[in-house]
Amino acid sequence: MHSIGYRANALLTFAVTILALMCAIVSLSDNLNSPSPTAQVQVLNINWFQKKPDGDDEVSLTLNISSNLQSLFTWNTKQVFVFVAAEYETSKNALNQVSLWDGIIPSKEHAKFWIHTTNKYRFVDQGSNLRGRDFNLTLHWHVMPKTGKMFADKIVMSGYRLPEAYR
Amino acid sequence: MISMDWQGQKLAEQLMQIMLVSFAVVAFISGFVLGSFQIMLLIYASGVLLTSLITVPNWPFFNRHPLKWLDPSEAEKHPKPVSANTSSKKKTGKK
Repeated sequence: MHSIGYRANALLTFAVTILALMCAIVSLSDNLNSPSPTAQVQVLNINWFQKKPDGDDEVSLTLNISSNLQSLFTWNTKQVFVFVAAEYETSKNALNQVSLWDGIIPSKEHAKFWIHTTNKYRFVDQGSNLRGRDFNLTLHWHVMPKTGKMFADKIVMSGYRLPEAYR
Repeated sequence: MISMDWQGQKLAEQLMQIMLVSFAVVAFISGFVLGSFQIMLLIYASGVLLTSLITVPNWPFFNRHPLKWLDPSEAEKHPKPVSANTSSKKKTGKK
């Protein structure tokens, strides 16, 4: 501690070490939050349902997504990424996941929302397995923190069924 | 140039550590209670700034116990014993 340079160096090193420790504790404090998010997705309409020329099934849906994710937000939350995926089982694959819609929630004020939309991304099967298929709509979310660990979870909504015939 | 004496250096180091840790604790608690990450960072940053202003420059405050060296004339009366080998070793080392 004999010169200005030495003291400045020691102070900066110690200050940054403490900052890293603070960030670690902030990340740990996220575990105190026990969120209780809710979500409902309604399939309002099957707009069309057909087999593409290459043999894969494709369907277009109109969805009404309403959700309250406000309890996910803590003082360490930068934003929340949400997406709705159709999940179903076929003889070839135990789990097929097709993302239909996604969004970024920038703040707690925007975390209670509803949206009326057709599927943002195409709902295409790898094959011709969609007729009469039962499927789940799952709302997945990833909580992106300002610092530390990222959290991910989902709400599974079951009981949806595609029609038996193309239209 | 006026620099810090030994006790001043010790005091500066202790002050630096205590102040930074206290500001970190205050910043974390305020941020947590107010639910604002930004407030935590602002309080801590101003704490670091204040701490560096207090402990980095050579304030006269840290020089209140200066060492009292012997006067040069007094030191010359008692020369340090010089070993015979040192000078020759240095010469061979340079070559």
